[in-house]
Amino acid sequence: MERLNPKSRSDPYGSRLNRNQSAFAATIVPWVSILFASALPQFVVITALPIIPPLGYMMLLAWRLARPGLLPLWAGFPLGLFDDLVSGQPFGFAIFVWSLTMLFLEIVDTRFPWRNFIQDWFTAGLMIVLYILIGVTLSGASLSREMFVATGPQIVLSIFLFPIIARLVARLDRLRLRRWRTVG
Amino acid sequence: MAPPSSRQAGFSRRAQLNLFTSYIIAGIGALIGAILLILSFFQPTLLGTVRGAARDTTTPAQEVTAEVRAGSQSLIETIGGYYRAGSQNARLKREMELARIRLREAEAIKGENARLKGLMGLMESDVTPVATTRMIGASASSSRRFGYIGAGRVDGVKVGMPVRSARGVVGRVLETGATNARILLLTDRESVLPVRRVKGDVVAFARGRGDGLLEVRLINLGLNPLEVGDMFVTSGAGGIFHPNIAVAIVEKTTDDGALARLTSDPAATDFVVVQPIFEPGAFQAVSGGAEASLNDAETDLNDAEASLEGVEGEQNDVDAN
Repeated sequence: MERLNPKSRSDPYGSRLNRNQSAFAATIVPWVSILFASALPQFVVITALPIIPPLGYMMLLAWRLARPGLLPLWAGFPLGLFDDLVSGQPFGFAIFVWSLTMLFLEIVDTRFPWRNFIQDWFTAGLMIVLYILIGVTLSGASLSREMFVATGPQIVLSIFLFPIIARLVARLDRLRLRRWRTVG
Repeated sequence: MAPPSSRQAGFSRRAQLNLFTSYIIAGIGALIGAILLILSFFQPTLLGTVRGAARDTTTPAQEVTAEVRAGSQSLIETIGGYYRAGSQNARLKREMELARIRLREAEAIKGENARLKGLMGLMESDVTPVATTRMIGASASSSRRFGYIGAGRVDGVKVGMPVRSARGVVGRVLETGATNARILLLTDRESVLPVRRVKGDVVAFARGRGDGLLEVRLINLGLNPLEVGDMFVTSGAGGIFHPNIAVAIVEKTTDDGALARLTSDPAATDFVVVQPIFEPGAFQAVSGGAEASLNDAETDLNDAEASLEGVEGEQNDVDAN
């Protein structure tokens, strides 16, 4: 017997027959993806000047902007702690700035409840620029003008990479809410 | 997207308290972060062991990626080589002719050097490396320039040891984990290295600029003798680095020194060698009790002045006679 609509028993996250969303996956995916993104820059390339965007921080921003309320407000503390272990910045920098970011985005959420992606990109771009510049200022080294000039390529690359990360987060979000086959 | 309604606590006492508590925890988190940050400004090695242990877990994976990275780099170079094969071949032949001549000259100088050293009774000893390993990563997104190598405490690597590649100085060990070590690259703003120009005894300090170049500051001020293309090597002063290891080549001269490019760019570095500290005694005097050694130096200086005055006095006596 042919069915009129083969998609009639499924939703965007898969068929609903004998399949269910997993609470474990729904919780763990954002955390793991941010931790992974934090650790990634040290694998990719060895450079004489900083060039790789702060991927962990951008992942945090993308998740927070795409799914407000999914990460708890205090998520900046544990995630920042891990980032501090691997990033090379003085210890405590990411804990401090990531916590403040979570609080700041809460204010943005209350002030602008309806936003589109361009606005989110603008917010994220602004936060990334500030993050990189504050990162140079609080890097523990004595400052020189060249250090700020050298962050130029990194800033540009980060801003243009954000939509790709946002798209990646959207994919991960589908994985997060996917319906898995349940037995019994 | 509008925030989901769960963000508004409504009349539920429990939801209100939950929201309030999460604000408090986030605030406390930021505060702890700020305190840790301030602490690590005054004590940069704070939590170094935790960092080392965390890095130990990622080291095996990084060693694999380091191998892949080195492999892909040489693949790209090979492909690029085919494009320029003809003209490069001709140029290399010309360079080869010149190099042969230079080699003969160098052999002559080497012989002369050996004779002179024999006259002076100098002994040259080869440095036995502490460990040979790969450069496995770097802090690629932070403005601080740290590198990571795949050898640590287990291999005998200690804080302060110099790290070099076949092309020149890479940096020195800053922190050690069990199987990895964090090294301060030369381009970091906090890295200062005593250097010497190859031709002529021009001594200088090479300091990282934070943008991939080194800032060479001459110790003797006056007319700037540096030229583009001058080669700098370690001078051995400071007691960490062994003398005569290549450091940088001058790219642009400035009023009081020059800007120089590293000979061993970390991006092109694959295998590195960890060497023992050149003069452990001198290094301990500098790092252990900087103030004590400064006082010693001052008393030495006073002694020297006193003896100088003595000499002058004697000279006067001689003149008078």
